[in-house]
Amino acid sequence: MNTVILLIAILGLTAYGYQIGRRRALGTVNGERRRLHSLPEYHGAYVALWCLVPVVIIVFAWLIFETTIINGILVTSLPTEQQALPKSQLELLLNEIANIAAGTRQGADIDPYKIAAARQYSNLSLVSTGLQVVLVLIAGGVGLALAKRQISARFRSRHSVERMIRIMLVICSTIAILTTIGIVLSLMFEAMRFFAKVSALEFLFGLHWSPQTALRADQVGSTGAFGAVPIFTGTLLITMISMLVAVPVGLMSAIYMAEYATPKVRGIVKPLLEILAGVPTVVYGFFAALTVGPFIRDFGDSVGLSVASESALAAGLVMGIMIIPFVSSLSDDIINAVPQSLRDGAYAVGATRSETVKQVVIPAALPGIVGSILLAVSRAIGETMIVVMAAGLSANLTANPLEAVTTVTVQIVTLLVGDQEFDSAKTLAAFALGLVLFVVTLILNVIALTVVRKYREKYD
Amino acid sequence: MENMAMALDSPVNDEPAVTEETKVSARDVGVFYGEANALRDVNIDFKVNQVTSLIGPSGCGKSTFIRCLNRMNDTIDSCRVVGSIIMDGRDIYSRDVDPVELRARVGMVFQKPNPFPKSIYDNIAYGPRIHGMASRGGELDAIVEGSLRSAGLWEEVKDRLAEPGTGLSGGQQQRLCIARAIAVSPEVILMDEPCSALDPIATAKIEELIDELRQNYTIVIVTHSMQQAARVSQRTAFFHLGNLVEQGDTEHIFTNPDDDRTKAYITGRIG
Amino acid sequence: MTDQVVDIRALKPDLSPERISRRYAAERRFRLYGLVAIAVAIFMLALLMVVIVSKGYSAFVQTHILVEVTFDREVIDPDDTNDPEVISQANFRGIARGAIRKMFPEVTSRRDRRQLYRIFSSEIDFQLMRMARDDPSVIGTTRQVWLKAGADIDMLTKGFIDRDVPESNRRVNDKSLGWYDRLDEQQLVSRRFNTTFFTAADSREPEQAGILGALVGSFLTLAVTLVLVFPVGVSAAVYLEEFAPKNKWTDIIEVNINNLAAVPSIVFGLLGLAVFLNFFELPRSAPLVGGIVLALMTLPTIIIASRSAIMAVPPSIREAALGVGASHMQTVAHHVLPLALPGMLTGTIIGMARALGETAPLLMIGMVAFIVDIPGSITDASTVLPVQVFLWADAPERAFVERTSAATLVLLVFLVAMNLAAILLRKKFERRW
Repeated sequence: MNTVILLIAILGLTAYGYQIGRRRALGTVNGERRRLHSLPEYHGAYVALWCLVPVVIIVFAWLIFETTIINGILVTSLPTEQQALPKSQLELLLNEIANIAAGTRQGADIDPYKIAAARQYSNLSLVSTGLQVVLVLIAGGVGLALAKRQISARFRSRHSVERMIRIMLVICSTIAILTTIGIVLSLMFEAMRFFAKVSALEFLFGLHWSPQTALRADQVGSTGAFGAVPIFTGTLLITMISMLVAVPVGLMSAIYMAEYATPKVRGIVKPLLEILAGVPTVVYGFFAALTVGPFIRDFGDSVGLSVASESALAAGLVMGIMIIPFVSSLSDDIINAVPQSLRDGAYAVGATRSETVKQVVIPAALPGIVGSILLAVSRAIGETMIVVMAAGLSANLTANPLEAVTTVTVQIVTLLVGDQEFDSAKTLAAFALGLVLFVVTLILNVIALTVVRKYREKYD
Repeated sequence: MENMAMALDSPVNDEPAVTEETKVSARDVGVFYGEANALRDVNIDFKVNQVTSLIGPSGCGKSTFIRCLNRMNDTIDSCRVVGSIIMDGRDIYSRDVDPVELRARVGMVFQKPNPFPKSIYDNIAYGPRIHGMASRGGELDAIVEGSLRSAGLWEEVKDRLAEPGTGLSGGQQQRLCIARAIAVSPEVILMDEPCSALDPIATAKIEELIDELRQNYTIVIVTHSMQQAARVSQRTAFFHLGNLVEQGDTEHIFTNPDDDRTKAYITGRIG
Repeated sequence: MTDQVVDIRALKPDLSPERISRRYAAERRFRLYGLVAIAVAIFMLALLMVVIVSKGYSAFVQTHILVEVTFDREVIDPDDTNDPEVISQANFRGIARGAIRKMFPEVTSRRDRRQLYRIFSSEIDFQLMRMARDDPSVIGTTRQVWLKAGADIDMLTKGFIDRDVPESNRRVNDKSLGWYDRLDEQQLVSRRFNTTFFTAADSREPEQAGILGALVGSFLTLAVTLVLVFPVGVSAAVYLEEFAPKNKWTDIIEVNINNLAAVPSIVFGLLGLAVFLNFFELPRSAPLVGGIVLALMTLPTIIIASRSAIMAVPPSIREAALGVGASHMQTVAHHVLPLALPGMLTGTIIGMARALGETAPLLMIGMVAFIVDIPGSITDASTVLPVQVFLWADAPERAFVERTSAATLVLLVFLVAMNLAAILLRKKFERRW
């Protein structure tokens, strides 16, 4: 409720600023709009923006820091034994206190220190909210007053407003960069902490992976527990299986769509493939675990092969299906970019359609196709839900697709989901794996995107 | 209806070297793009060892017509051709004629040079390879060299046959495309405005080449340039708004055309 | 290369019928490969849909059993207050059990009785309580009430429990089977629309589990995502397409956006965990954080779509506006943006659809918790629809399989609706310049 009131207050203040600016601009020229450099609306917008921007900054600061500060104060007032609790339990306790304060947890069995803390929590929240409202009003009012004083007939408010908007546009466009920096820094930072406990060489080249054993304090970093090679090979195996499905099927359907299909067939098949691309990965995962996995196991049993119920084959096959539309739509675009004149040249010497495709179109489109396959590989490596649901957890070092293997993404999920201590090597290992995943997919993407861009430029 | 009359005219025999053997003849040819009628009732004969130019303003149907002669229009889904085109006594649009076979006999050179993104050698060798023309390795080399020589390109490229064809200049690329067409040993060569993307010097070389090639092939050329038609062709046909208006010996068409529209076009009043 | 001039007319194309027909056979084979490839893709799509629908449709109905219930005033509301507070405290478990016992008077031992109660859902106490609370006039009467059956009996009526399996391996033993058959003969068993599925949040008991909690969670999460990503994405696209100078910095932004679009989604989850949960200490499992993470994930897609929408606006429009003296900003705001808006919205809807189906990054920020309450705000712990699918897919009970499929169906319906909206929007505003 508080947020709604705050929002209304901010909007009201801004609207008021707009009106003031507009009126004052008109007032300075006695209503003769022509004497103003900028339209009165721009003067209004100028004042409104000067009012809005500081207010928004304050609100965001509150959103980010309020909980941290309140909890920090609250913890210092707790009994010492509670202060010494590990972080995860402390968090639970703070949650409970918040619930008591909100009245959602009632009863006579609550410890008195919790009730005291809850009372303090309520007070702190109240103070914080009051402080926020006061600060918002002051900041808005000061901004408004300062901006208002600048308005005159010759004041170029349009320029100022446009400059402010432009700055906001620039800030928005850098958010993408900040995201990348955030990803790199957070992965690096946590991975460094991991490598302080486990050597990087052992992580990258060790053959034995059993992070669960490291839960016991005396085993943290014990030899052999964090060798990630079986995970990498498992990822590679599943990726390869999926590519064996997706590349031939995706490429051939792209060729058919681009070179043979009538517009009517295209009109039907293309949306169907798009549906295949739009199915959430969790649905594919469910499909793999519920239908494909058991089917392959039963089929293996019937021909006398022992197949794990969470085999690499099942996960790879379904992942391949998921990637078919990805390969086909990228390749379709690429093949369509090959100029018609090349096809005409081949037809004119008497080549059949398939000869034209195989010997002229595909070689001409090859860089682009390779690029799109690389993108597909990167996508397969980073795909999570299918493998989480259909591939196994055991880190087997094997090339046998009928056995269970595990992948980088599966391990990240298993290491981080559930109760966790954030500082243990086990959870930090997830970030090391995440770093490897990010770097590998980034390299693939950069290569693929460069190749595809060069290819497009060639035929533009 | 006047074009029917023109077709029945006996041509004037002013060049003794020219035989009067008809290679290809079109009868009542029309072309539709979906519902639009792009070309109507075209009747024309193409003779062996002659260059025939098709002239006319943009959109008159001359390019559409030349693409009928090797069934390139088959590659456009909405395109439908009516009438008949007889080559060596067979209608090329009859069911049993295979466009692939036909195109091996009727080569084509396009408006813009379109070398494959392969080496010069592979560009030429592509046709012979798919048609199984060379049984021994040496023969393929011979075909490549012969074709390049015929296209007057051999001396310029003989030291860089392995380089990509796309690295040549525009005029060289177009001669490469001509060599590519010659390599499958066609009987007819179609050229759809082969010089429109080239500079005057390259154009002169191609025109020279066309005149030499006349000794061995039946050539049909679409051109925008009336001077070019006058320079390279023995016979000329004038198209206007999807109709074949007039045809005859080049000299006759350019000096004394029968139809007012032809006269207007040649003197530059329409076009 | 030979030096002598070769008569190239000596070598003719091999147009023999054998060779031509061989080439055409190759042509037909190649074409067939293409057709087979498309058939495989479409078959897989069909198989997926058939599996989901065939496993899921049964979750939309739920077995109920007709029981004669006596709403004894002495037990429920002895002072005749009709006060909801009083009624909701009453012992409805006793009433329900009494009614069940009355149907099977011959069942007397404690063990058998307990087994008998398990034919019904443990929720029937609440079912009766709600009846009495919402309509106090039933108190003191005896009514025929359709009581919800337990998950095992539900599975039995839907044919998922094989009666031929030995008793020890069967979820419903012979005795219960006998009771059930008797009820069935008396036509007291019926399958009715499963409202719980759409009105409840998650539960350990399959027959009490629903998707409303996850739906609300998805809605809140997507709302956060939309509020963040649309203005930021459009602004970034406008800047890059209209104002940005072409220099190294914008090149870097450009390359960065394209690469970010291809970063695995789970990495965004790691970012959310490290930055928003551990550094900023935002609440765990909350739609707020989920929305921020999904916003960062969809941002590149939306920037790319918005840029191409802006690019599709012809320069002549800009020139016309600049020509009458509009500033660059005015040109963009008055002409370019309105014309590009449908394209931007289409891109945004498609991005939102992708965010709706996304699971992996949300696992990282703790939205996998088992949550029985329907979230009320963006800071409440909640889950989302695809994560609910993931959670149920892991549950061992047979009854959760059909619920997983049914939740998937609901998810797919939403996705199809969103994509359809995008297509219609594109059709309606498509403009050819």
